[in-house]
Order: sequence, then C-alpha cells, then structure tokens
Amino acid sequence: MSLIHKTAAELGRLVAAREASAVEVAQAHLDRIAEVDGEINAFLHVEAESVLAQARAVDERLARGERPGPLAGVPVAHKDVFATADMPTTAGSKILEGWRPPYDATVTRRLREAGLVILGKTNLDEFAMGSSTENSAYGVTHNPWDRSRIPGGSSGGSSAAVSAYEAPLSTGTDTGGSIRQPAAVTGIVGMKPTYGGSSRYGLIAFASSLDTPGPFARNVLDAALLQEAFSGHDPLDSTSIDAPVPPVAEAARQADVAGLRVGVVKEFGGDGYQPGVLARFHEAVELLESLGAKVVEVSCPSFTYALPAYYLIAPSECSSNLARFDAMRYGLRVGDDGTRSAEEVMALTRAAGFGPEVKRRIMLGTYALSSGYYDAYYGQAQKVRTLIMRDFEAAFHQVDVLVSPTTPTTAFPIGERADDPMAMYLADLCTIPSNLAGNAAISVPCGLADEDGLPVGLQIMAPVLGDDRCYRVGAAVEKAYESRWGGPLLAKAPAL
Amino acid sequence: MADTATLMPYDEALERFEPVLGLETHVELGTGSKMFCGCSTTFGAPPNTQVCPVCLALPGSLPVANEKAIESTIRIGLALNCSIATWCRFARKNYFYPDMPKNYQISQYDEPLCTDGYLDVEVDGKIVRVEIERVHLEEDTGKSTHVGGATGRIHGADYSIVDYNRAGIPLVEIVTKPITGTDRLAPEVAKAYVTELREVMRSLGVSDVRMEQGSLRCDVNVSLMPRGSTEWGTRTETKNVNSLRSVERAVRGEIERQAAILAEGGRIVQETRHFHEDTGQTTSGRSKEEAQDYRYFPEPDLLPIAPDPEWVASLKAALPELPSVRRKRLQQEWGVSDLDMAAMHNADAIDLVEATVAAGAPAGDARKWWMGELARRANEAGTALADLPITPGDVAKVTELVASGALNDKLARQVLEGVLAGEGTPDEVVEKRGLRIVSDEGELSAIIDQVLADNADAADKVRGGKIAAVGALVGGVMKASRGKADAGRARELILEKLGVQP
Repeated sequence: MSLIHKTAAELGRLVAAREASAVEVAQAHLDRIAEVDGEINAFLHVEAESVLAQARAVDERLARGERPGPLAGVPVAHKDVFATADMPTTAGSKILEGWRPPYDATVTRRLREAGLVILGKTNLDEFAMGSSTENSAYGVTHNPWDRSRIPGGSSGGSSAAVSAYEAPLSTGTDTGGSIRQPAAVTGIVGMKPTYGGSSRYGLIAFASSLDTPGPFARNVLDAALLQEAFSGHDPLDSTSIDAPVPPVAEAARQADVAGLRVGVVKEFGGDGYQPGVLARFHEAVELLESLGAKVVEVSCPSFTYALPAYYLIAPSECSSNLARFDAMRYGLRVGDDGTRSAEEVMALTRAAGFGPEVKRRIMLGTYALSSGYYDAYYGQAQKVRTLIMRDFEAAFHQVDVLVSPTTPTTAFPIGERADDPMAMYLADLCTIPSNLAGNAAISVPCGLADEDGLPVGLQIMAPVLGDDRCYRVGAAVEKAYESRWGGPLLAKAPAL
Repeated sequence: MADTATLMPYDEALERFEPVLGLETHVELGTGSKMFCGCSTTFGAPPNTQVCPVCLALPGSLPVANEKAIESTIRIGLALNCSIATWCRFARKNYFYPDMPKNYQISQYDEPLCTDGYLDVEVDGKIVRVEIERVHLEEDTGKSTHVGGATGRIHGADYSIVDYNRAGIPLVEIVTKPITGTDRLAPEVAKAYVTELREVMRSLGVSDVRMEQGSLRCDVNVSLMPRGSTEWGTRTETKNVNSLRSVERAVRGEIERQAAILAEGGRIVQETRHFHEDTGQTTSGRSKEEAQDYRYFPEPDLLPIAPDPEWVASLKAALPELPSVRRKRLQQEWGVSDLDMAAMHNADAIDLVEATVAAGAPAGDARKWWMGELARRANEAGTALADLPITPGDVAKVTELVASGALNDKLARQVLEGVLAGEGTPDEVVEKRGLRIVSDEGELSAIIDQVLADNADAADKVRGGKIAAVGALVGGVMKASRGKADAGRARELILEKLGVQP
C-alpha cells in the first residue's frame, strides 16, 4: 500500500520507527497534490520547499530522540481560516488576498509542536460562510466522488483533500456544520468538538459563540488523534474550557456500544430528506441495535427552530466580527487615491473585497442587531438557543448519545443551490443544534445513497465534554461497516 | 469658527432658566498592561510601538480581560457607594472609525459592573450629593492626528495618522444621574465633582488622572429649563474639556449660549459640542439626531464577569481612607477653619501641606507658606502648586529655619525664591545668598548705634516717652541690615540703649 493510502496512525508509527522518513511521507503527498489537485482545487496554497523543510525538521527532532507525539511526521492540510505565520491566510476572501499573519493560531502552533507537517492551506467558503465551498473567492472545490458536485462546506477544501488522498488529515472549523456536512458528503470522518474544547485564537472569526475547530480524517481513530494534538485549554481564548481533553483516542480504540443508550431525534427525517439518506440512516440505527445499543426515539421540539435562530445569531456576530476589515491596517485597500475620505475608502474596499454571501450575512446581522429590532430578532434567537440547550439536557438524561442523518441530502451538483440561499442553508438543518448548544458531534460514513451512489453520513451527538462518546460510537459503527464492506467506504470511490 | 454663538449674560441666564447637569467621566486605569492584551500602557512611547495582534485587531486575535482592571473598577464603584453586579457582561459597541481597530469597542451596555452610587462634594460650604448612575469598564481607542487644515479636526485635514498605543487601555466610565437644584452654582458643582472624583481615583491609586494627558476626560451635559418648569430641556454634550477650570467654563459657556437661543424662542439641538480652551465657548460637533445605532450585543469572545461577593467585601474592607474623610481628619489635626480648609482644597494644597507637616513643619506654618507666598508664585507662573520646583521637604526646612530664628519671614521668602529659581536646597540658598539673620549682638549693636546717630530726633522722642517712635528706628535697622536683623531683638536693644523700659 502506498504511503498516501495509509492511516495517519500508521504513518506516525512508520516515521517514529524510522521505517519511513517524514520527508518521504511529505513528498508522497506533495506528489499526489501535484497529480490531482488541478481537478479538485482543495488547496489555495502549497509550497513544496517549506513543506519539505518542516518534514526535515521533524526527522531531526526524532533523530535527537524527541517524541513529539503519535502524529509526528504526519502531513495535515490546514483550513485557510487559521493564522499561519509562514503561509498566506485569506479566509477564502479577496479582502485578505496575500495577507501573511505575523503570528500562528493556537491550533497551528499545536500542530507544529506535535510534529505534524502542514502541507498547505485549504479552500473554504469565504469567511467559512456556506455549505458548498462555492462562496470562495478563489474558485470552487470539487467532490472527489463526483467532480461535478460540491465537497460540502465551508471546510470543503479540507474534506476534499482527505477524501482525494492528498492528505491523511485536515483541520476544519464548524460553525453550523462546516466540518460534519463536508465529511458526510465526501465519505470521511469529521468531528465538531465541544465548543471551547479547541482554541479559537488565530481562527479568523465568523461567529464567535459558535466557531469550533475540529479534525477531518479517513477513520475515527485518526480524527481522535488529530483532535488530541491540537485541543486543550488556551489562556489566549477566554471561551476555551479549562478542563482535560476528553480521552478521545482511547474511546476510538474502545469501539464498543454494548449497553449504550442511543436516542433517535424524532424531528430529523421525513419531508425534505432524500430517501436514500434516510434508508442508510435507518440501517445505521439497526446496526447500533445489533451491536448491543438500546435505541429509543427522543423528541427535541425546539430543534425545529434551530435553523432560523442560527441565521440570526451567526450573522449578528459576523456583522461585528467582520467590521475590522476596513483597509486601515491590513488586507485589500480600494480607492485610496488621496482624494477620498477614510470612510469612503472603507466602503469601497468592503464593497470590492467581500463576496455576495458575506455581504448578505453582514446585512442580515446588522439588521437583526438594530435598535428596535434587537429584541424581536437577536433576543428571540437567544431564547431559542436556551430552549435547544434544554432539549439536549433533557435528552441526555434519557440517552447517552443522539443520532441523526448528518445532512438531509447527499452532495448536490455545483451551481444547483448557488442562487438559492434558503436551499443552501437547509444543508445544515441537522448539524446546527449542536453548534447552538455547544455540545460534541461527529459524522461517520454509513454507506451510499441508492439514488446517486454518493456517501451518507451518520451524525452522533454527545453532551458537552462528552466528545469521547462520539468517538466510541463512531468507531463501533466504523468497525462493523468495514467488516461488512470489506474496507472503508472511501475504497468505493472512483479512482482519480 | 464660523458659528460664533450669541450669549446671554450669566446672571440674566440664571434669572430666567434653571440648569440641569450630567457628567460622563472617563478614567484611564493605571494598569501595567492593556485591557485585553499584554501590551504596555506607558504614556508617551513612540507611535505604534505598544501594539500586538490583539490591540491591532488582526484577524483571529481574541481578547482576554485584565483582572486587575476589573478589580480597579469594582474598587472605584465601592468608593462611590455603588452596588456591585454579581453577574454582568461586556458588550460590543459597533461603529466604524479608523482609530478603533476592531470597529467595535468592547464596553458594557445594560449590565454595568457598578450602579447607583453617589459622591458628596462641597461647594460654598454646602454639601452637594451627586448621584452616580453607573460605573462601567471598557477599552480606549487609538489616537488620530489630523494633519493639515485649520482646525486639527478631521474635516478639512489633508491626511490623518493613527497611533494605536492607546488602543485597548482600560477605561472606566463614570456617569452621573442628572444633577438638579444646583442653580447658579452649576459650574462650581461640576468642577467640584470632577475634582473630588479625581481625588478619589488618586486615593485608590487606580489612575494618575492627568487631564492634560487625557487619563481623565470629562464630557459635560447641560440643559436648561425655564424657571418654574418641571420639564427638562434638550441637552448638549460638550467634549474636549481638558482641565478642571475648563469644566467650570464649559458649563458656564453652555448655559449662556443655550439661554440666548431659548430666550429668542429657538430650539436646542441635541448634539455633541467641542469646547475651545481659548474662548471658553463650544462649537457644534456631531448631531445626535443623525446619531449612529451602536447595535450593542453581549461580547461573545469574553466570559461574563461574576465577582465573588466575598472578594468584593474584602475589597471594600481594604479601601483606603477616602478624600473627604481624610480632609475632615486633617482639618481637625491641623485645627483650621472650614474656610481655610476649603481654600486649601481648592488650591490643591492639602497633599502638599500634609507632606510638609510630615517633614516636620507645624501645620500653621506649612499652610501659611503654601497658601501664601507659594500660591502667589504659582499663580504668577501660571502653574499648579504641585508643579512648582520645590518639595514639601524644602518648605519644612524653611519653616524650621524661621522657628530657630535663623531666618525671618522676609528672608524666608528670599530663600523660597532661590529654591524656585533652582539655586539649590534652602540651606544652599541661605549660604549662597548670605541670608542668615544678624544675630551677632556686636554687629547688631553697631548697626543700632549708627541708626540712633543718624536719627537723633526720633531717638529723642523715644527718650521723651513716645515709645511708638521706636518703629521708625527698628525700620532703620532693618534697612541698614538689608533685612537680616532680628526685628524683635533690635527693638529690645534700642530701648535698652535709650534707657527706656518697654
């Protein structure tokens, strides 16, 4: 088996045992990127020399006897929304074209400390706003299963890179589903950790109270290892939780659901759901039962209001978070010809630098926060948020985890929903409640839809700081399916 | 400025209208680091040298609240008799301006740290209670400099430059409730309030409260209502009030301006006005009627503040003696009248007198020098008493020299003049200028003999029993000794020489 098809855990073992060098592993992935990324467009920035230099440094650390961790020497693709001092950081926006941060995000720093080799920066919907990666200012990313389809979003570059074997691991951020949905539609594993479990410092903010960094991988254990590598308390992020990282890798190895209580969310299913998605989901529930889990139906009535609440809270926060892009200190500057006022230059720059979806959300948020509308919109949405948290609390008194389809449909064709924001927003219907409540949730592959032969994801939701439960159940499902399928789902993908 | 306002004489304005005041005071806290990052807060560093990704609002950076600043704010609230919130949040105040890096200010909105307090101030021997609406914590903005143009303001400038060193310095805003019933003392009450507030800050050690450096800034709200009315008028908010004297002048000027408009049946526009130090008048700034919607919402990057009530109680117990209490105590210790104490307070002399007393001077002497000769000198030089180049130790030394008889008051004034002129310590000035009093009996006796010989008429009158005439002879001795003689001793010796019993 070539290096690019190996798991991250295996690559880490090979490098640590000096059976393969970090440089060889990096080179194999650089070769793969050179071979396929022209068709996929997962990466916005790859600089081979710097990648190899990072890999050499890891080999030297290992030669000196250092043991940075189980993923030392393993390549990772990094969503271009994390600050990287040695690479451009654009958030997929024209307004930050060419910007090089003077600092590393905490997640970036921890990847480096753990000896991971950052292959480059991956494409995303501008400022992580979208579900298809079509909102990037730097072109669309293609789903490796079917290049005419979207790879999900906003972390579509990261999901595509891992599912196209360009990287064994990648980072993402999940604000309303931006890790779980791309993972689901590309047939890989994507995890949204508990909010505050992974640091937001250096992550270019979309919606501060929702943004959560998390891992992508081709299997559950690899995702757990990556999450462990970059998680943990960060004094630079006030919302970071000062508690030990849940034992996620241990849970992934445990892969056992016997006696576990599983709740099926009653509100997710029915109209608007693709039959093939529902069929695979129901099979997954049966599978869990067959593995010894106790399955019950659980009602979470407020989940119905999650989507509208989200589309008030997230745009409100984004309208404020994106105010700093004003041409004064960094990034694009338009119209500064010596005759215009600072205010005019700000306006011209923002008009030219932001794409339509970003502008739409800034306007939505500006409106929702306006005097006279605040209580009716933002205030009301916060109340819904509280109700959703209560629904989760009540549910987790009855069950250990909740399950649902990750997305209502499989990957849709590029362009299909580009002009229909409401249709686009529905892609996050099942993922948004966990962002509003801040709890942990993972998507693992559960087969292919009959209609289109495209991957379907199973979402497993656990309480705040119950990340290990997501991995434990996810790994059990993965193990059962792999023995049924004779390998990972991704092996069924057409060759590139 | 083009919009020179018509004014109504103050007395007439007060006959017809009653002023209502409101004061918003911003105090930069003296914490070592900024409100939400680790950058230094030292004043006067080269532009943009005290900045980092957080206070420059680089993408991805996040704030972390300065606990010391929260503690200082709570202490301020306690000193102002406020209730301290048990749970409150920061909020974002959204508006675009180039000196505000995030284009929102992290502030507090409907959940301030401290609410409902008061501060008693003394004006004309009366105590006026100024009620405090709220005390909240926020961050300062950067500082814009507008280059070119006539006004130094953004309109008409060729270009502007921004220094972000100040961006993110912790700022406490103290807002009064409307202050009514001050009548014609409104300007004095406003000044007394800011003065007292400044002293409270000093006593707490939370800020250097230097108005000229902007670490204490005051916005003055004024409205007028016709006598007999109970409905408040439209208020204006005057900014750029950079000294205690300006606080007083700004209130007075705004009363005169508004009164003239209202008397002619005009309407006061709710607006921000700028105070001009040179004229004592205000000019129109941004109109509040076209004011922005700040779109406040709870700051999601920061956790709520939930001060432990036990901690707050311990902060309260550890508050220092507050200025008004201290003044009462010192007044008793020094045995001075209300009037003298008020005079010292107004002249900002209390700390100086206290330090002089601590350096060994009797309170009466310390007060006499600071409030007399030195106050006069400060006034001449146009500086604050505390900024005179003389220490309380120097003044204590001078009083000691007078008490020991080495100097008389006249010589002592010359010594002070020498110290102020930079000639050295009092001892050095005495030495250099040869100011020691003539206490040598032989030398004094010789001077007296000469004076008696030169003023035979006067001497005869004294001999003849007109003792009052001795004054002229003593004056002659003082003149002949160029002030260095001990006048009392000279009088005794003259009478002795003339054979007259005193």
